[in-house]
Amino acid sequence: MAVLTEPISEKTEVDAGTGVDFSLTEDQQLIRDEVRRFAEERIRPGIAERDREHIFPMDIFQEMGEMGLLGMLVPEEYDGGGVDTLAYLLAVEEISRVDPAVAVTMSVTNSVCCWPIVHFGSEELKRRVLPDLASGKALGGFGLTEPGAGSDAGSLKTSARRDGDFWVLNGEKAWITNAGFARYFVVVARTNPEAGKRGLSAFVVPADAPGFSVGQPEEKMGLKSSRTAQIYFSDCRVPAANLLGDEGQGLKIALATLDHSRLGIGAQAAGIHQRALELAVAYAKERVQFGQPIAANQAIQFKIAQMATELAASRALTYAAAAAEHTPRAGRLAAQAKVYSSEAANRACQESLQIHGGNGFHDDYEISRLYRDVRVTTIYEGTSEMQRMVIARHLLQK
Amino acid sequence: MRIELTEEQKMLQETVRRFAEEVVRPRAKEIDESGEFPRPFFDQAGELGLAGVSVPEEYGGAGMDTLSYCLVIEEISRVCATSGVILSVNNSLVCDPLLKFGTEEQKKEFLTPLAAGKKLGCFALTEPGAGSDPAGMRTTARRDGDDYVLNGNKIFITNGTDADIALVFASVDLAKKHKGITCFIVPADLPGYSHGTHEFKLGVNASGTTELAFQDLRIPARYRLGEEGDGFKIAMATLDGGRIGIAAQAVGIAQGAFEEALAYSQEREQFGSSLSSFQAIQFYLADMSTELDAARLLTWKAAWAKENQKRFSLEAAQAKLFASEMAQRVTNKALQIHGGYGYTKEYNVERYFRDARITEIYEGTSEIQKMVIADWVLNKA
Repeated sequence: MAVLTEPISEKTEVDAGTGVDFSLTEDQQLIRDEVRRFAEERIRPGIAERDREHIFPMDIFQEMGEMGLLGMLVPEEYDGGGVDTLAYLLAVEEISRVDPAVAVTMSVTNSVCCWPIVHFGSEELKRRVLPDLASGKALGGFGLTEPGAGSDAGSLKTSARRDGDFWVLNGEKAWITNAGFARYFVVVARTNPEAGKRGLSAFVVPADAPGFSVGQPEEKMGLKSSRTAQIYFSDCRVPAANLLGDEGQGLKIALATLDHSRLGIGAQAAGIHQRALELAVAYAKERVQFGQPIAANQAIQFKIAQMATELAASRALTYAAAAAEHTPRAGRLAAQAKVYSSEAANRACQESLQIHGGNGFHDDYEISRLYRDVRVTTIYEGTSEMQRMVIARHLLQK
Repeated sequence: MRIELTEEQKMLQETVRRFAEEVVRPRAKEIDESGEFPRPFFDQAGELGLAGVSVPEEYGGAGMDTLSYCLVIEEISRVCATSGVILSVNNSLVCDPLLKFGTEEQKKEFLTPLAAGKKLGCFALTEPGAGSDPAGMRTTARRDGDDYVLNGNKIFITNGTDADIALVFASVDLAKKHKGITCFIVPADLPGYSHGTHEFKLGVNASGTTELAFQDLRIPARYRLGEEGDGFKIAMATLDGGRIGIAAQAVGIAQGAFEEALAYSQEREQFGSSLSSFQAIQFYLADMSTELDAARLLTWKAAWAKENQKRFSLEAAQAKLFASEMAQRVTNKALQIHGGYGYTKEYNVERYFRDARITEIYEGTSEIQKMVIADWVLNKA
């Protein structure tokens, strides 16, 4: 009990390296501010047209690559940004605040393509593919989901058979973001039909590999300017050196990647949530009914208060999960951040649209696009239901 | 961004948890049922430094930071919410304003025994006709030479049955509305001061909540805290800080209920397997833990902001709003997981469920928090 009778009197002299700290570093603030400016100046113009016409903005990605936004977590020795996870999440959040469709291409390249290559690729592979991915010369993709294997990734059927110095892949992958534009895909395939979940392996598949092809773009409810399609492997030959980790580690690699990438979706949701709140505030202040701005109504004020509070909770969970990324709690925290932030962002878009009234239902208003775009955040990279399963598993493990 | 306690904070947390488990938990059910104010608990907590956690040592406190204070309130509330609010009021609503607004003389005379737990404080703002809107108060303070003479009534005063010192808000000029409100330090043994008896409530039943009455209560002018007319400002600043304590209390209540539900779900078998093997129960637990963590983070963030002299009014309101509503949902689900047993007095969850309810009401209702938050977002951000 001595701790209480011997108080910590000089609070300011407590070691700067310990204790709870909610501040951002200067670098993190700088990155956030710079990305916000870039997003407003370079991404916002033309956004409605891109959405309407399903235009994939390759020019924007080239610029983002040059700025270092596509390989932010890649170490500098491979031409990456070498920034910390939170700095990356702040960038995703700022891009999402303006265009969630651009953010998903960014997030996929960073989180589910570069990240597993950085962590599980051989030195030779990293030197071969990371510099192009990190600089935006090549976009990345991730192929785990199949028509019959969504949440149950372990049941996937795409096969990979060893043939000399090559792996030969056969099968198809569904819902592949960046398909048709990405140059490298991290693909999980079955290398041992007998071994169940331990029979999967992960590969880097170049889009120019023989036997690789891309299907028609999917028509989606939102994120319309991002590209989603099936990819097909028909005796697709991939160099043996493109194996990530060891044979049989595919599911482990995929799940570790998803644990990490969930933080990106948490940040994406927070960015959309932030914009939905901003739009609600601006509209509520300018829209006059019954002789006063609708913001004068307590019902509107309370919706805004709720949105702002839930946004603070989303950010707290997402940033805290990033800060704890290398601890045993990381998997649970990332799942909590993802499920909470995505569901809160959906509620925020719903409420913001409601505040906009009939105008919110009109394509001319930004909130109608965000309302469509936000919907997928509770689905991709693990549905809300999968997140809850992950969280419960951690809770009940002890 | 770092979510990691200091070694000192971890030690404090362990120490308080042990005290809570060994001393507070065994009496929690009993005082809830009897309503008996647990003065021995307050005395022991005072000896440990828990009555004035963030008050500097020179004034009898433990000299620790705001986050440490949150840890104390959470750990105590995790086993007994009544005990949590008793401490929260003494720390946040009495010691804090004395430290911030008191003269050196007032700090020596009043803050020191309060922070050391030798005396118990209460905070008397609410009146029958003035709850969320304190400007409507009717209690008056009339200047008479070197004294003030107080007349009026206060209600819902936590610690009221046992307090030795009350911070009383009274108007020196009713016509001035909130600009007439003035704060006074009132020793409870003065003639003209009286309090009611224990009132039975839905929850936090042994918190000594009662009414106070002042009848020609004469106090020296040097017992005035701040200047005439400063009372409203003092009350609002104090409640900003108090909200962090209530948020921590709500987190503690929810944590206690969550732990019981998690354990029960693994013990209880139905249809041949544990409740925890059912996905519906798993998802309840997942949501409870997620919201609980979010609330704790918001609370810590507000505490961190206050400690570092940053703006914390918005953060405290968000933490209080979110944590209290979270606690209501989490205790409700915890009771649901316990099924029929949860509805009985045999288990603790019905007490947690009842205790959580007040956190959405006192020290500013959820509606007041939303007004504060909306004002920030719409007009100040």
